[in-house]
Amino acid sequence: MSLLTVDELTVTFGGRGRKESRAVDGVSFEVDQGQVVGLVGESGCGKSVTSLALMGLLPDKGVTVGGRAEFDGTDLFTMNPSARRDLRGSKMAMIFQDPLSSLNPVVPIGVQVTEILERHRGMKGEAARKEAAHLLDRVGIPDPTRRLKEYPHQLSGGMRQRALIAMAVACAPSLLIADEPTTALDVTIQAQILELLKELVDQEGTALLMITHDLGVVAGICDQVNVLYAGKAVESAGRRELFAHPTHPYTHGLLGSIPRLDAPRGESLKPIRGSINDRVAWADGCAFAPRCDRYEMGCLTGTPQLAEPRAAGHQVRCVNPVLDDAKAEEVPA
Amino acid sequence: MSVATKSEKIQRLAELTATKETGTGASLWREAFRRLKRSKMAIIGAIIISLFVVLAIVGPYIAPHAATAQAWRGEVFPNRGEFVGPRGENWFGLDHLGRDMFSRMLIGARQTLLVGIIATMIGLVTGFLIGGISGAAATLGGDAGKRIDSVIMRFIDMLLAMPSLLLAVSIAAIMGQSLTTVMIAVGVVQIPVFARLLRGSMLAQGGADYVLAAKSLGVRKRRIVVSQIIPNSLSPVIVQATLSLATAIIEAAALSYLGLGNPDPAIPEWGVMLTQAQRFFDNAPLMALYPAVGIIITALGFTLFGEAMREALDPKLRG
Amino acid sequence: MSLLELDGVKVHFPIKKGVLFDRTVGHVYAVDGVSLKVEAGETYGLVGESGCGKTTLGRSVLRLVDITEGSVVLDGTDLAKLPNEEMRRFRRRLQMVFQDPLGSLNPRQNIESILSEGMVAHGIGKNQEERREKIKAILERVGLPSNALARYPHEFSGGQRQRIGIARALVLEPDVIICDEPVSALDVSIQAQVVNLLEELQEELGLTYLVIAHDLAVVRHISDVIGVMYLGSLVEEAPSDTLYAEPKHPYTKALMSAVPVPDPEVEDRRERILLTGDLPSPANPPTGCRFHTRCPWAQAEKCATERPELKDVGGGHRVACHYTAEIASGELAPTRPTGIEAVTETEDALVKPAEGEAEVPAALLPADSTTKPDAPAVKEKVPAAAETPGDPAADAVAKDQDAATPEASGKGPAGTD
Repeated sequence: MSLLTVDELTVTFGGRGRKESRAVDGVSFEVDQGQVVGLVGESGCGKSVTSLALMGLLPDKGVTVGGRAEFDGTDLFTMNPSARRDLRGSKMAMIFQDPLSSLNPVVPIGVQVTEILERHRGMKGEAARKEAAHLLDRVGIPDPTRRLKEYPHQLSGGMRQRALIAMAVACAPSLLIADEPTTALDVTIQAQILELLKELVDQEGTALLMITHDLGVVAGICDQVNVLYAGKAVESAGRRELFAHPTHPYTHGLLGSIPRLDAPRGESLKPIRGSINDRVAWADGCAFAPRCDRYEMGCLTGTPQLAEPRAAGHQVRCVNPVLDDAKAEEVPA
Repeated sequence: MSVATKSEKIQRLAELTATKETGTGASLWREAFRRLKRSKMAIIGAIIISLFVVLAIVGPYIAPHAATAQAWRGEVFPNRGEFVGPRGENWFGLDHLGRDMFSRMLIGARQTLLVGIIATMIGLVTGFLIGGISGAAATLGGDAGKRIDSVIMRFIDMLLAMPSLLLAVSIAAIMGQSLTTVMIAVGVVQIPVFARLLRGSMLAQGGADYVLAAKSLGVRKRRIVVSQIIPNSLSPVIVQATLSLATAIIEAAALSYLGLGNPDPAIPEWGVMLTQAQRFFDNAPLMALYPAVGIIITALGFTLFGEAMREALDPKLRG
Repeated sequence: MSLLELDGVKVHFPIKKGVLFDRTVGHVYAVDGVSLKVEAGETYGLVGESGCGKTTLGRSVLRLVDITEGSVVLDGTDLAKLPNEEMRRFRRRLQMVFQDPLGSLNPRQNIESILSEGMVAHGIGKNQEERREKIKAILERVGLPSNALARYPHEFSGGQRQRIGIARALVLEPDVIICDEPVSALDVSIQAQVVNLLEELQEELGLTYLVIAHDLAVVRHISDVIGVMYLGSLVEEAPSDTLYAEPKHPYTKALMSAVPVPDPEVEDRRERILLTGDLPSPANPPTGCRFHTRCPWAQAEKCATERPELKDVGGGHRVACHYTAEIASGELAPTRPTGIEAVTETEDALVKPAEGEAEVPAALLPADSTTKPDAPAVKEKVPAAAETPGDPAADAVAKDQDAATPEASGKGPAGTD
């Protein structure tokens, strides 16, 4: 059985007189023990909202969460709030995009780490402090005992993200949700953090739900990849399969529009036209249709369903998928 | 593929595409106004304010009696504590000199509004000039500008450090007892508030990318200030001006209450009326109640409207 | 002669302290001696991480920041020495495209007014009619609908806003356009649109670009020549393909190996050179080679004491490293780990064995310990430009608006961009 099973998750904002907007529109995926699963997409695709919904961090008012999310055998959305709070931070932990704003600026790092140890692991005093130092050491923060006394602003961006990771792994969670953990960092620091996350997953067997817009990051770390567009998963496959045979025109287009460091120069990019604002409601058809080169009448007859037109386990939500490998080859692969 | 199906395809797509592009060309000001119209707070505030303004305009004409008419002098004996409360002929009753309170309230509305508006204008205009110069110097004037800004701001700090009422009283003491004095005194107290607000806002905008972009386009400094920085720094000043109208009316009332207002009985003003009523509060509390409630409701109207404007003008709440 | 030549450009921001009378207590060495040449019709890509001074360098070319030392020569005129008013007029020939497409457009001006601003300042077009015609033509060229004129910046999508920014630069018919992170605030699918547009415009109008970006892949795609900056100076400069094929400076090697490639095959095979520690503070840069505190090949003596000059190693490839040849030939072995140990082992442990070998100058200690912990506090009074405003941090916010909680942004997260 999977560690986390998300089934037809929907998140709707609005109500109270305002126009409703559905940020997540029926997303399903599974995360197994020790697996790294990626949720990839551009802004407005609902990836971050999905993570917040799973962590129960969405505001109570004006948000409706639908569908089911089962973690370790319990339904996250029906369990009682205090049990959920206990779960959060102990068995499920989250790393955010902006390490500075996710740390309390007026409390030393050490206190913030020991707080978690005290709350979830019942450690106290010296023992908690020792463990906190050990955790910082574990994520590669030099001179951890001194760092424990420092405030977030005294650390560099990379160090702050490490501290945040240390806090997230403090209780040896079985699931770690990382929301754009490296987007705010420079590439060389990003490489450090990604290696660190990989190593944590390898050694501790933690499952990682990686939320990112960067297909390069996904290619390096994720086992299973879900590509989201306008609140729905449009393609889902193992990473090698996905990058070798991008089958949904959106995935295909994304890969074609990214300049690659190792691509021969002079090859021009093939952008996807339009913007996320040009879209069809999922109920009427494929949201991507207005930007799609392969659009045909069939795209506008109701929501396209997930199918496996290419290989088992490679799900694609498209009525006219890119199956022609010659065409796929055009993408520098 | 035939041409017909292609155009058909495009048409079908166009029908379903939820176009987010408004294409209306609505400026931020217009958008703010639209939000303002939707706000209950703004509407209540606006109703109160317009009632007050209408009253101020037509009040003196519809007042049943003259402000100084002491037609019922023989019925009121302040010394003995005999007053006349509301009755058919005099809806709000009579004051200590036997004048019709209702008429005096109607006529007084104009003075009260004038005090609020003029005092605020004095503060706004002077503060705007000082703050604008200071802000422009600090953002685009280089090192010399920063020094100018520094000097101006220390001066403003000094003004701000003085208790506002004390400042107003001393101005009034120098200039003598009149309504103009009250206006100036209340206005001067507002100067540092507006100056600091505009300067702070300009400083924040001065670091914005679009100002840098204007510089890189080769736009002249003066034009950057006028067409880029100031329009974007106005919102908090406008909100403050509306809120200031409320405080100005109350402060003017306070100064009048201290006996610095216009003593002319022919030109009643709510603050002055409140002062006069105070002496007879034990026997005729209603006499104080009318101007007090009038001031409170008016101030509330401006405050509500100002707060609603603050929300409407906040770019973060757009959408 | 090259169209744009920078020679020994230095931009130092004073760090001021004091209540009434500001005292200069130090400097942030944002740009510390950069010389480069941009040829007409070509694209020069400037790449580096946040805090390396690339944005400041770009701004110094337009004199949006004061140049402390050195010269910026455009077509024979030294901009650093021009009086202010002449410089203002000269800006017509040098335009800039900004990173944040929304922030760089005045929210209260409509598109026509935004695009007219520069033309009015330089007296282009007799009247507004004439200017409007020109604006319309340019808008069409950058792919914006003609009804855009009366609309306001907030009514456009991110990609469209960047097109407006490009149009604003183009109406002045500049010789050189400085693009400061032109695509980093945009969504991936939109980035390609803007990159292609910039390339097309260059071909059609013979524009010269100075592209500043942290994304090496974008820079490599668009540039003819690439300069790599680290802590205020160029460490390597080479034609785009050469740089990719054989990066010589250790920093370039590390940077290149860190860029993720959207291809699992490549990702699995590649050897990352991981750097230890973080960027030292530009207010307190290391002595000698700026990179020696993190360099995997740092040598005990020369690196910490002598600052390497950019030296031509052939084929227009310039490298600022004492040991270019030795590292390339494999003569020198790395003195610091470059694998996962660089990340998980704390650096004290890493330095210790080195200490045993010889007397190690303090400079060899990891960046973290040489940079004083109070550095960020000192930085506060530094002009905003020194911070390379919002390099990736701001991107991140702009890029992924749905990361913000819907309450904070006050709107539904879906497609409200």
